[in-house]
Amino acid sequence: MAITYPTIRGERKRRTRYQNGWALAFLAPWLVGFLAFTAGPMLMSLYLAFTDYDLLSAPKWIGAGNFSRMFGADPLFLQSLKVTAIYVFVGTPLSLTFALAVAVVLNRGLRGLDFYRSAIYLPSLFGGSVAIAVLWRKVFNGDGLVNQMLALVGIHGPSWISEPHTALGTLIALEVWQFGAPMVIFLAGLRQIPREFYEAAQVDGASRWRQFWSITMPLLSPILFFNLTLQLIRSFQAFAPAFIISDGSGGPADSTLFYSLYLYQEGFVNFDMGYAAAMAWMLVLLAGAVVAVNFIFSRYWVHYGD
Amino acid sequence: MATERLAAIRDDADSRPAVRRWAPGRRLLAHFALIVVTLVMLYPLVWMVASSFKPTDEIFSQPGLIPRHLQPSNYAEGWRGVSTAFSIFIENSLLISLFAIVGNVISCSLAAFAFARLHFIGRRIAYATMLVTLMLPTHVTLVPQYILFNKLGWVNTFYPLFVPHFFAVDAFFVLLMVQFIRSLPRELDEAARLDGCNPWKTYRYIVFPLLRPALVTTIIFTFIWTYNDFFKQLIYLNDVELFTVPLGLRQFLDSTGDSSWGPMLAMSTVALLPPLVLFITFQRRIVDGVATSGLKG
Repeated sequence: MAITYPTIRGERKRRTRYQNGWALAFLAPWLVGFLAFTAGPMLMSLYLAFTDYDLLSAPKWIGAGNFSRMFGADPLFLQSLKVTAIYVFVGTPLSLTFALAVAVVLNRGLRGLDFYRSAIYLPSLFGGSVAIAVLWRKVFNGDGLVNQMLALVGIHGPSWISEPHTALGTLIALEVWQFGAPMVIFLAGLRQIPREFYEAAQVDGASRWRQFWSITMPLLSPILFFNLTLQLIRSFQAFAPAFIISDGSGGPADSTLFYSLYLYQEGFVNFDMGYAAAMAWMLVLLAGAVVAVNFIFSRYWVHYGD
Repeated sequence: MATERLAAIRDDADSRPAVRRWAPGRRLLAHFALIVVTLVMLYPLVWMVASSFKPTDEIFSQPGLIPRHLQPSNYAEGWRGVSTAFSIFIENSLLISLFAIVGNVISCSLAAFAFARLHFIGRRIAYATMLVTLMLPTHVTLVPQYILFNKLGWVNTFYPLFVPHFFAVDAFFVLLMVQFIRSLPRELDEAARLDGCNPWKTYRYIVFPLLRPALVTTIIFTFIWTYNDFFKQLIYLNDVELFTVPLGLRQFLDSTGDSSWGPMLAMSTVALLPPLVLFITFQRRIVDGVATSGLKG
């Protein structure tokens, strides 16, 4: 603001008087929580990552032993990394593509928008729950819903969840089934794009396809970036569905051994807490690296309007 | 911040109808496509409810939705459970969720008021720190938290599942409330101050009551997250009497395997009822909550 009236300035001066005492009182719960449940534990797990610790005897310092075990002597760790990578890098683009496609169709002022939106969002609300994982197990069972449907057209489907090469696919399907949440976010973004842009493009003779790539995508790119980041962080941490579908084993043949699931097994079944802590930090590094790469590349495709 | 952008987008959405319509023919096609998508999305859920009323052998011999032999006893059998009644699991889940909600409402609103309205040294750093915790995978604090709660003798109790919520660990809700408080006119605070309200009274009598929409969103999502959570409950609860709905379902699955589909699907249906009722009641607010802040189910 260019003009500052004396009275307002006086007002502002009084307001910017620090209220440190009050702030401390209001923030006390958060501060205690941050120190006791976030910062403290993070430092502690950083320390434990370099130790051998089984909860009963004192932690024993083993240097980078846990990390060299991960990449040198633990095929299961590498397997969990592979499974998670496939899940993240196949599931995320698929669900975002669906989300965007349906959002674009829905954004045309169709009657029943609220109904479609709610119905498609509903699976996201239930998403990661055990009840849905149980249902999924039944749906993809040898004589479950999917194979009953396939039988109608004469195809004899496999037992999806007990075949090593299809089990992970069912979990990716479960992830894609929840595309409603990013779709709702896309819809909110699409509504913001001014109608005049499309009208102008139409006058210039641009096809719908062209309009999508030249108007919709650039203007929606910040929201696509937001969705992508959220989805990546979430997928890295997926746990319950894999646990339920494989009875906690990550089977068949370790084909659904998600990172989180393996971390759980090492830390809370084998009580190899040092290794679990090292895995947790490795997850932070890996997920952080993916998000960072995404962030760096965003400069080339995310357009923030001026 | 992307979320703030989204909040701004939503505010504009109603005042600026930027909608382009399809031509009539295409509109019909669009409806057709959407109906197919919606059916595919909802079919597994409908199938689950239908199957929960069928005898187990009919579930995998008859793909149709309507049961030939109605078998409501699936519900009775599931409800009795393997060793413990399902009602106990529901009670436990609701109890934990209730405490988590109370904790989040109090602690997150206090923190949000400080971030949005008070001037203090280190505000920027504290706020940025809080935002960073949003992005952290929970795994990195998991092991030490377990050790901590184990030392406190809290393993196999409900405490680890709700006590942290009294300390504003869900930064998402703090962020949500900060944005909401910032949208409230400052003149209200000023007026209160001139009338002799200290920050506590301003919070208690001005901001907190006005915060209601954000609090409702917080309550809904705290409930859904706590109710759906599996990892922490799996780690911390060992006794069957303390089991929650997800653990109860899992126990049922473990002990009956794939033999009793009927009761299993019946209890899965029951398990999804509380979030479903909540969704039907607060549809708008839930969808808006997702659109503005990226909260997921």
